[in-house]
Amino acid sequence: MARIIAGVGTSHTPAIGAAVDLGKTGEPYWLPVFKGYEPARRWMAQAKPDVVIMVYNDHVNAFDFKVVPTFGLGCAEEFPIADEGWGARPVPVVKGYPELAAHLVQSLVLDEFDMTIVNEMQVDHGLTVPMTLLFGTPPAWPVRVIPLAVNVIQYPAPTGHRCYMLGKAIGRAIDSWDEDLKVVIFGTGGMSHQIQGPRAGLVNSKFDKAFLDGLSRNPAKLAQIAPLEYLRDAGAEAIELVMWLIMRGALSERVKEVYRFYHVPASSTAVGNIILESTAGARRRARPKSARRAK
Amino acid sequence: MTGKKKPEAYEDIPGTWVFDAQRARQGYHLNEFLYSLMKDVNRKEFLADERTYTLKFKMTQEQREAILKRDWNRLLELGGVSYALAKLAFTDGKSYQFMASRMTGMTEPEYVEMMLKGGRSPDGWRSKSERRGKH
Repeated sequence: MARIIAGVGTSHTPAIGAAVDLGKTGEPYWLPVFKGYEPARRWMAQAKPDVVIMVYNDHVNAFDFKVVPTFGLGCAEEFPIADEGWGARPVPVVKGYPELAAHLVQSLVLDEFDMTIVNEMQVDHGLTVPMTLLFGTPPAWPVRVIPLAVNVIQYPAPTGHRCYMLGKAIGRAIDSWDEDLKVVIFGTGGMSHQIQGPRAGLVNSKFDKAFLDGLSRNPAKLAQIAPLEYLRDAGAEAIELVMWLIMRGALSERVKEVYRFYHVPASSTAVGNIILESTAGARRRARPKSARRAK
Repeated sequence: MTGKKKPEAYEDIPGTWVFDAQRARQGYHLNEFLYSLMKDVNRKEFLADERTYTLKFKMTQEQREAILKRDWNRLLELGGVSYALAKLAFTDGKSYQFMASRMTGMTEPEYVEMMLKGGRSPDGWRSKSERRGKH
């Protein structure tokens, strides 16, 4: 049976990817960031997942505003790397898992989450920077990746609660896939940051630390944070943190926090990383009655 | 006749233009212009004759002027989204950080210095009334 063994929360700041690509990781500005990610990379090398579900957002690269999917699930064989305006990042193409993605779509829609099916999509720094941070710079990625692109650009993003519930539905879907697979789910973006207007550069470390605590110990309460609160207290772009709640929802109720790292700054953002392992035996995921009837 | 909605609570956040559905509607063609700058051939065409290139998109005159002046905050106000505006900054050979610093009225080194010191504190920046109290 497929199982989600752990969740990874991580920032996806584009400047981090550029630092790797331009060989700047040893510079004093960047060294603390990359040192901070070393234990996470070691953990990942041990964990050896078969599949990654990457919850991220596109930054007007795959999607302009012709169509704005709230939840877009990448169902393709592979996902090319986007040229975001300064040339594509020199990282391997991302290989998908169309069979499992198709299963996720069916399961999620019947579980009342109306996913947009995306059969062709380029992926940007939102997806590739977390891959680089956790897997380094191999000639080919050692996992298959199912991208889940969330609209957090045009207000309103889905609420934290909605995201948390979607995570639970993803957990149920993976549980019902009959293949011996280890899955790691990523929630990416954030942490506190604002990159627009006279208030740009806002960082709220107190908010971020409380968010990491809540994610680990009391996610249901964390999921109640209102959109306004993210925007006002942690910066207009901190709303990306709702994607971490999708990751958290897919894990067991209780988790084991195995790693945490926090640093300011990377360009305009506060950088956060957390690894939460699902605890065996604590997974009770009844499908809502209405969804069971529909099926 | 056009309807009008009540002000949203997030409109009280100072120094911020939330890219909401109304702003996205207003900025649709502006953002399509910015999206076109993902292609190198378009970047070159734009830089060769900026005004003529902007005429290919159904933007307002105000939006065109703001593009030519690189008036970043005005572009946000007129419906540009920061991630798309970054493509204009990249076209100029500038970074995201440069664009953000211009939005705050700081030089890029001043902005970097603020970030290295832990970033901008939210204190005094949560509401317009709180902001007025600080100044």
